[in-house]
Amino acid sequence: MREPVLKVEHLKKYYPIRKGAFSREKAVVRACDDVSFELYAGETLGIVGESGCGKTTTIQSVIRLIEPTDGRIWLNGQDFRTMKGEELKRARQKLKLIFQDPYSSLNPRMTVKEIVSEPLEIAGACKDKAERDRRVLETMEQVGLDPSYQDRYPHEFSGGQRQRIGIARAIVLRPDVVICDEPVSALDVSIQAKIINLLRRFQRERELAYIFISHDLGVVRHIAHRVLVMYLGCVVEEGESRELFAHPLHPYTRALLDSVPRMDSDGRPAAALQGDVPSPADPPSGCLFHTRCPYAREVCAKQAPELRELKSGHKCACHFPGAHEKEEEQP
Amino acid sequence: MLTYQGYYRESWELLKKDPLAMISLAVVVVLVVVALFAPLIAPYDPDKQVLRQKLMDPCLEHWFGCDEHGRDILSRCIYGCRVSLSVGLVSQLIATVIGYFMGVCAGYFGGKVDAAISFLIQVFSSLPDLLLAMALMFALGSGLLNLYISLGVLAWSRTARLIRGTVLQLKEKEYVRSCKVDGGGDLRIILRHLLPNCIPTLIITITMGIPSAILSEASLSFLGLGVRSPMASWGSMIAASQDYFRHKAFYSLFPGLCIIVAVIAFNTLGDGLRDALDPKLRK
Repeated sequence: MREPVLKVEHLKKYYPIRKGAFSREKAVVRACDDVSFELYAGETLGIVGESGCGKTTTIQSVIRLIEPTDGRIWLNGQDFRTMKGEELKRARQKLKLIFQDPYSSLNPRMTVKEIVSEPLEIAGACKDKAERDRRVLETMEQVGLDPSYQDRYPHEFSGGQRQRIGIARAIVLRPDVVICDEPVSALDVSIQAKIINLLRRFQRERELAYIFISHDLGVVRHIAHRVLVMYLGCVVEEGESRELFAHPLHPYTRALLDSVPRMDSDGRPAAALQGDVPSPADPPSGCLFHTRCPYAREVCAKQAPELRELKSGHKCACHFPGAHEKEEEQP
Repeated sequence: MLTYQGYYRESWELLKKDPLAMISLAVVVVLVVVALFAPLIAPYDPDKQVLRQKLMDPCLEHWFGCDEHGRDILSRCIYGCRVSLSVGLVSQLIATVIGYFMGVCAGYFGGKVDAAISFLIQVFSSLPDLLLAMALMFALGSGLLNLYISLGVLAWSRTARLIRGTVLQLKEKEYVRSCKVDGGGDLRIILRHLLPNCIPTLIITITMGIPSAILSEASLSFLGLGVRSPMASWGSMIAASQDYFRHKAFYSLFPGLCIIVAVIAFNTLGDGLRDALDPKLRK
């Protein structure tokens, strides 16, 4: 059995809020509630869900950009959550992040060389300046940036090139895990493919593990090996990418898939989701999805379904998994 | 297409298109040159008393006339420029160092630090500046060095408030977060990421702060709390000219004009710089 490079157990992030300006009643927003997953070398885990479902909170808690409320994070078998000082700094070299917005993720007052070499400086990975410069130029070349651009400033580049700078910065220390927070959603479609292929090439060459967050299911289907579907801070379905996209068990996953416009539509009208995502400050009782679920029954409003393994490697949190498939069978 | 232009280069191009700002920049440059090379430019020794020339009207030898001790007013105005500009610049530098440090701490660390510093900022900005400056000058005694200190110590609150606001915006930027993810410490973030992005704000506050410091210096010197006699300062010259105002108006006119020109020049330049450096006005 292979050891996962990153293992997250029961990760929780609650934000305390007050209900109303004068109310003393305390409430919590469960931005990320009991999320667990494992990530192996050379593998990509996709996380999908609507805006506000807790994807970004989850990964920011994983890298401890915000401190999680509870849960455990294992990085290469070491407890990442309790690390401090030098140990944490060393561990951070193995866990990197690529941001969504290629415009605000690069300091406008730093040159490309300064931006890419900063992780090296912090880690103290190079003996001297010459070695650092050499590694920066090497990495720039690997991500497809002309080394002659090293003294230019971010605003002189296009969105795609900026994202390459972001990738260069993330991989320059040869990390084990790179978390990509919607890395292509701000880019043109033609550039998206190039960036995705670049990421895949590094994965092949370096056995990199990715966590890939996106609301674009097409992109996730293309790059992810396994997929996590989140709704209101909870994981509702998890499975192998191919299996999950072909046979979604949770009605929410089904609805997400149906909402993707397709060329080969079989004429079946897309079962659009009714209503909005409920307020995370006041989540529904029982199953979080029952207010919008077309298959909801009485039990759904009362009892929260647990995440169960229904097929090998395919988990789903629903009282009636695959209800939509049964319906399709009876015309 | 890639254009090879830095931020400050671009700002300079924008500033060049603003005629008012360019005129005021020229005036500021002239004032700085006059202040730096005062001994070379001044036609006479500003402290030399020639009693024969007491309250002499402007003439070819003495363009601005002479004062009650027979000292050349033009030379005294030129040396006064030194005092005013150095007080403006040095006090603003002191204010900027304190203000940047306080503002960054408040904005970056937040919480109790922010509450404490914000309270201090409120206190300092609610006190009447001139009164406090007078109190400080009483305590420290007159003199150029004490002018720098008391005006600098009093002017930091405005810088601090602006920097705090800027840092509050900057610290949510993703490049600051990614530095944190890399394990970068607070000092690195403050110096490498926040400071370079605060410099436009600092340039503007310094340029806009200089004229108010010049005015405060003039007021203090007018009240006899500024530079020590016989050192020439525009404020103290106006104070001395009061008694002769009725008959010898030129005596108070020239130092007054100097103050007006310097203050307007710095203010207009500050306006122009703000427009040129403001990223919101960029395409």
